[in-house]
Amino acid sequence: MTKLNTYRSGPDERGHFGIFGGRFVAETLMPLILEVEKAYRDARADPAFEGEMRQQLKQYVGRPNPLYYAERLTERLGGAKVYFKREELNHTGAHKINNCIGQILLARRMGKTRIIAETGAGQHGVATATVCALYDMPCVIYMGETDIARQQPNVFRMKLLGAEVRAVTSGSGTLKDAMNEALRDWVTNVADTFYIIGTAAGPHPYPAMVRDFQSVIGDEVRTQMQELEGRLPDSLVACVGGGSNAIGLFHPFLDEPTVQMVGVEAAGRGIEKGPLDHAASINGGRPGVLHGNRTYLLQDEDGQILEGHSISAGLDYPGIGPEHSWLHDVGRVEYAYATDQEALDAFQLCARTEGIIPALESAHGLAEVIKRAPNLPKEHLMVLCLSGRGDKDIFSVAKHLGVEL
Amino acid sequence: MSAVESADMKPADVLADGRIARRFAALKAEGRAGLVTFITAGDPDPAVSQGLLNGLPAAGADLIELGMPFTDPMADGPAIQASSLRALKAGMTVRRTLEMVRGFRKLDADTPIILMGYFNPIHAYGVEPFLAAAREAGVDGLIVVDLPPEEDEELCIPALKAGVSFIRLTTPTTDEARMPMVMRNTSGFVYYVSIAGITGTASASNTAIDAAVARLKRHTDLPVAVGFGIKTPDQAAEVARVADAAVVGSAIVTRLADGLDASGTVKPGTVEDVLGFVGELAKGVRAAQG
Repeated sequence: MTKLNTYRSGPDERGHFGIFGGRFVAETLMPLILEVEKAYRDARADPAFEGEMRQQLKQYVGRPNPLYYAERLTERLGGAKVYFKREELNHTGAHKINNCIGQILLARRMGKTRIIAETGAGQHGVATATVCALYDMPCVIYMGETDIARQQPNVFRMKLLGAEVRAVTSGSGTLKDAMNEALRDWVTNVADTFYIIGTAAGPHPYPAMVRDFQSVIGDEVRTQMQELEGRLPDSLVACVGGGSNAIGLFHPFLDEPTVQMVGVEAAGRGIEKGPLDHAASINGGRPGVLHGNRTYLLQDEDGQILEGHSISAGLDYPGIGPEHSWLHDVGRVEYAYATDQEALDAFQLCARTEGIIPALESAHGLAEVIKRAPNLPKEHLMVLCLSGRGDKDIFSVAKHLGVEL
Repeated sequence: MSAVESADMKPADVLADGRIARRFAALKAEGRAGLVTFITAGDPDPAVSQGLLNGLPAAGADLIELGMPFTDPMADGPAIQASSLRALKAGMTVRRTLEMVRGFRKLDADTPIILMGYFNPIHAYGVEPFLAAAREAGVDGLIVVDLPPEEDEELCIPALKAGVSFIRLTTPTTDEARMPMVMRNTSGFVYYVSIAGITGTASASNTAIDAAVARLKRHTDLPVAVGFGIKTPDQAAEVARVADAAVVGSAIVTRLADGLDASGTVKPGTVEDVLGFVGELAKGVRAAQG
């Protein structure tokens, strides 16, 4: 594998990470995309923007959240020393809010007066509805009807926060269809509307922007691990749907050659069963163009997009952020996978050994930790991004375990 | 591929004697605007769709846009989304779309056919093999919604080199500063999307369209076709007054959908009804006075 001097210089000015990324959008949106890019560049250069964001992350979100030594789990696994980055302790219960704070501040700076977003599991929808309540902006959340059925608590949360939740019935009614519908809304309301994309995907500058807003995760881990252990971690593990928590954890460490990184895709009922049974774009897909960027996609021979499957509504997106596709191709990050069953097992183990109910998404990352840690020496420092809490998942987990609530 | 290379290309020259240029020259000679009709290839099934396609020129279509169905048509409204899904369910593929064009060309050597769709199915087919097959089948131009000029290297430049027109969409959001870039590698004609929005929804006002066409004419010598939101013969006539062509898509596709039974099969007389509607649109366009 070719070693690069840096893995942190992307994207180029046209939004490419190697062959991935880009700006594959309709002409109607293109001027707006360029405006977002310019506004974002200006904002990053403005200390007042950075200051307000830091302030909100501290006072409102509750950052920094702990880097927690999972002692009982470590003992149980009998190998690497396992730490959890406790993103689930953020206000709204997941890492999604980090990005929403950044994007709504940008939207306000651009003079936009209306917010739209897509959501799968509902975590990004809740985070978006939350910041819209905080800044008093009207908010429309697009959510597939299938996801609405399996994520009722989050739907109600969004409504309580004042958001309008629009059910998307086109396609199979999941995250990709919600994203299509959000794009249709945006193209119709370009003048006043800002689209808060929830993951590190979409047209440039979104993948880079979302990554930057989520990099607070990795930046904190670096500082905290230095304080706790006096050195860098040895490996980082995070689940990957679109991949925003993973890129946020990984990016600050990409140029540290001793730090291994593993993104964990959702293997659903098993990758060997074919692309309708999993949501692992890198492990079971191939490059294509969807939702504004070139990236690994689940698709058939004819380039039609396939509906992935995962027990986790937050991971069953048929694509992945373009920077992950590139990090895979250049070999810097390893992309593994965990099945529905492995995630369910990890979910229960985490609850019983650490007293933490993780999101099913995060449980995929934990499943990989369970596979790896026992084979590693005790001085190996492994960090799992515990990206969200699992309260939203207890109903679907109960169903899978055959428990009537 | 360098930017310099693309700027040096003169696609209009390369394609100056193509079917699209010839058709617009003929329309000009007749002193009228053209009717561009859109149908989705394979909707509701390949056989019916072929019959409909073959019947369009006699019904009054001057140019034909043939939709390449895609699972995720992000710029389209409910009518065209549904028609894409019907076609995919009936087994439509890029290869079969090209076969439809081949079948059409056996009957009609003159009516331009423009394939319209999204990039991923072409990407999956392979850009060069696709362009070779499209040209061989008798395709004259491409409209690919999710390829703005910023991504010209992907398909636009290779298409022009292969002798296939790349027809650009311009929109109400395309400002003066951006217009030269949008026009640069456009060939065949320019498609003005008259509303900021998706297909088959709102309609622009006549005054807005008049102003937009006048603005485009300052930037290009190519014919200007106007689409999105044109649903009736009267609206088509209004647009034909100022533009070189009026594009009707969702209204035709909806007419077809209305002629399907609950199982998605065409009821007797549906194809004739759709072609009859195209005839009314053509009458409107032909009666328009510029």
